[in-house]
Amino acid sequence: MTSVSAGIANSPTTSAADGGREAAERLITVYIMGKAYEVPAEATIMGAIEYAGHQIIRGAGCREGYCGACATLYRLPGDYKIRTGLACMTLVEDGMTLAQIPSVPAEKAIYDIEKLRPNVSAIQQMYPTVFRCVACGTCTKSCPQGLQVMDYVQAAKRGDIAAVMDLSFDCVVCGLCMLRCPAEITQPLMAILAKRLYGRYLRKDSPELAERVKAVEEGVYEAEYAELMAMGREALSERYYARDSE
Amino acid sequence: MYPEYMEESLRKVVQTRAARLELARKSVPVYPPMNAEERRRVLEDFHPDYKPDALRPVRVGPNKGEKLTTEVADLLESHSWLRSEQVNLDKPDFETDLLIIGGGGAGCNAALIAMQQHGIRSLIATKLRMGDANTMMSQGGMQAAVSRTDSPTKHYLDAIGGGHFENKPELVKALTEDGPGVVKWLEDLGVVWDKEEDGSIQVLHGGGTSRKRMVSCRDYTGAMIMRTLMDEVRNHPDMITIKEFMPAVELIMDDEGRCAGAVLYSMDSEEFFTVKAKSTLIATGGYGRLHIRGFDTTNHYGATGDGLVMAYRAGAKLMYMDSVQYHPTGASFPEQIAGFLITEKIRGAGGQPLNKDGELFVFPREPRDIEASAIIRECVQNGGGIETPSGRLGVWLDSPLIDMLHGEGYVAHQFPAMYRQYIRYGIDINKLPMLIYPSLHYQNGGVEINERCETNIPGLYVAGEATGGLHGRNRLMGNSVLDYNVFGRRAGKSAGAYAKTVKLGKLSLAHLDNYEKELANSGVQTNLVAPILLPSYAPKDVRKRQLVRGGNVLPGASVVHNRLQEERSDA
Repeated sequence: MTSVSAGIANSPTTSAADGGREAAERLITVYIMGKAYEVPAEATIMGAIEYAGHQIIRGAGCREGYCGACATLYRLPGDYKIRTGLACMTLVEDGMTLAQIPSVPAEKAIYDIEKLRPNVSAIQQMYPTVFRCVACGTCTKSCPQGLQVMDYVQAAKRGDIAAVMDLSFDCVVCGLCMLRCPAEITQPLMAILAKRLYGRYLRKDSPELAERVKAVEEGVYEAEYAELMAMGREALSERYYARDSE
Repeated sequence: MYPEYMEESLRKVVQTRAARLELARKSVPVYPPMNAEERRRVLEDFHPDYKPDALRPVRVGPNKGEKLTTEVADLLESHSWLRSEQVNLDKPDFETDLLIIGGGGAGCNAALIAMQQHGIRSLIATKLRMGDANTMMSQGGMQAAVSRTDSPTKHYLDAIGGGHFENKPELVKALTEDGPGVVKWLEDLGVVWDKEEDGSIQVLHGGGTSRKRMVSCRDYTGAMIMRTLMDEVRNHPDMITIKEFMPAVELIMDDEGRCAGAVLYSMDSEEFFTVKAKSTLIATGGYGRLHIRGFDTTNHYGATGDGLVMAYRAGAKLMYMDSVQYHPTGASFPEQIAGFLITEKIRGAGGQPLNKDGELFVFPREPRDIEASAIIRECVQNGGGIETPSGRLGVWLDSPLIDMLHGEGYVAHQFPAMYRQYIRYGIDINKLPMLIYPSLHYQNGGVEINERCETNIPGLYVAGEATGGLHGRNRLMGNSVLDYNVFGRRAGKSAGAYAKTVKLGKLSLAHLDNYEKELANSGVQTNLVAPILLPSYAPKDVRKRQLVRGGNVLPGASVVHNRLQEERSDA
């Protein structure tokens, strides 16, 4: 029953992609940019688009939910709601009609982080649209990461940079919130600024980091480096296997 | 949810958990780490690199005769997209001081440093969007000797032992001594590191570390770093030009053997553009999307080893291209996320790999090649694996231990991405273990560089995963994140300095014609055209209907027609 031979890839016994269509277990119909395709019922949206034979150029990046390249809008049959998801993370459903939104027009503010301070005026200067927020919650509803987007927009309005950082930490900048926002706010871009302001100004400094950087600059480790680099493989191996561990 | 038939095995995991938790709380290893001889044996018997057909001699180029990973040899023995007479080099479409090929972590660091230290203008040409790179996906952390109990030299010894003492020493010195400075550089740019109450940087163990050295940004470490670097790059539109969906497909040389730019290809319009550059940096990352030995990969969509083949045709020497890194813990179930990266930080925080009987079979933090080989051994030799409904094998990675060790809420705060990944499929990693198997992760070798990122070709610099030598034949966790920062910065420094002095000669693509002749003289017969740019995941029947225009893949063939896997299965 085992299909994996020694040291060989962990491939499935029935791969839809390699086995052709007949190998797929169950097919359903989805509408990709309006056109119907039969795709495996268990596929992700990205898998379905590729199963349909499309070579994605825009609309795929990391393929694991980190990069935000594959933002997708979809509707399900008999349901008026516009739904959102990352194509690499969202499973297809029968009758789903979908469109990828690989790019959302938005203007990044240009700034010198050294000339800003972590307060509300940085937000006001760089992303003034934040203050157009009507607290409708559409951004939060549209976030495929399940983030409390509206809450971090409200925090930004108060100048609470730490809260913006914490609430937006997992943002993948897919852009779906800013596409759906009736106040035309560019939430993810503002959140990047807030995170940078937090890291730059609101962090607690690490005393030993500064000391370590200084020690390296002063050449404190040079003698030990020279010793290690002069060692032959055997001596080095001995030292390595005898080293203590924390 | 896991299928019903796995329940008995899951019950055993629960039964053994209390005892394993006790073990984890002690200061001794939960399972005996392997000695040198045990390491050698498990590698030789179970690491995929040691399979008889894993390697073959390459028949052309600077490494001619050397045994390389078979898929890499195939890639290098390919045709160019271009012949020299097709490209007019008299009037370059773009001119720049520094051409950076690849918009990931290394490329962004280089552009910023070249600008700050030398006032140098850069052009970043990248295949997909800026940040569509493996940098974006690193989860668990970056190694840097920042804690009081650690030192850069301890880091050096760990890295060189993990690499089986084959690493280039001067590169490992550069990596480890620059580490603390990189933590500070990124923090000053605005990266939000995980911290302790007193402001010191939180450190955890990784595989093969003798000190806790893994600094992190929850489990979005790479995403945080990448977005910060990209944001800063975009704050300087007057100094750094960005060309997205414009991968380089060949390097341009001058008549004195210097690298002098590249030919770019527009993914949208299928046009080719020439860039004349005083210095050129290859920062194209790795090759996971070549799916070596048929493995799933943790890599991003564009990781097709483009930089390797371009540099090789231009005469750059490669190092350790016989060594592939398989990450010990890729997802094995559910099928939709097969191959996805499960961060090593899970094991760093106390997660344990277990067989189907809920028993430990390996020290959880061996170096990656050892850990991966031990997992393969447990599955294929010892029968300790669990088979998924689609026929994959896997062992458990016991994540519920983590909150028990560190307190409730730790996983929620430290592993939001992992939690999110699994809960979509009804698996709460606080309550249930993950099913894992090794996944193709990293290109250990690459273009040989020195500590200034110089290659054997004047004017050609390489940084990050595209390089070889730093990691020997096995990289430790967290050293690649450090790698692209350290060497991206170093490349910006040295390529920037070089750009200020060099006077280029007449531009030339003669190396392409010479390479084509060498292919013919060596009896190489192939239809492969490289760089591959993107993998194809269309089903076979679709691919059969995708006829090549005019029956000719040369030149200007669409990416749809360049498929390493197809070439191999047809051969």
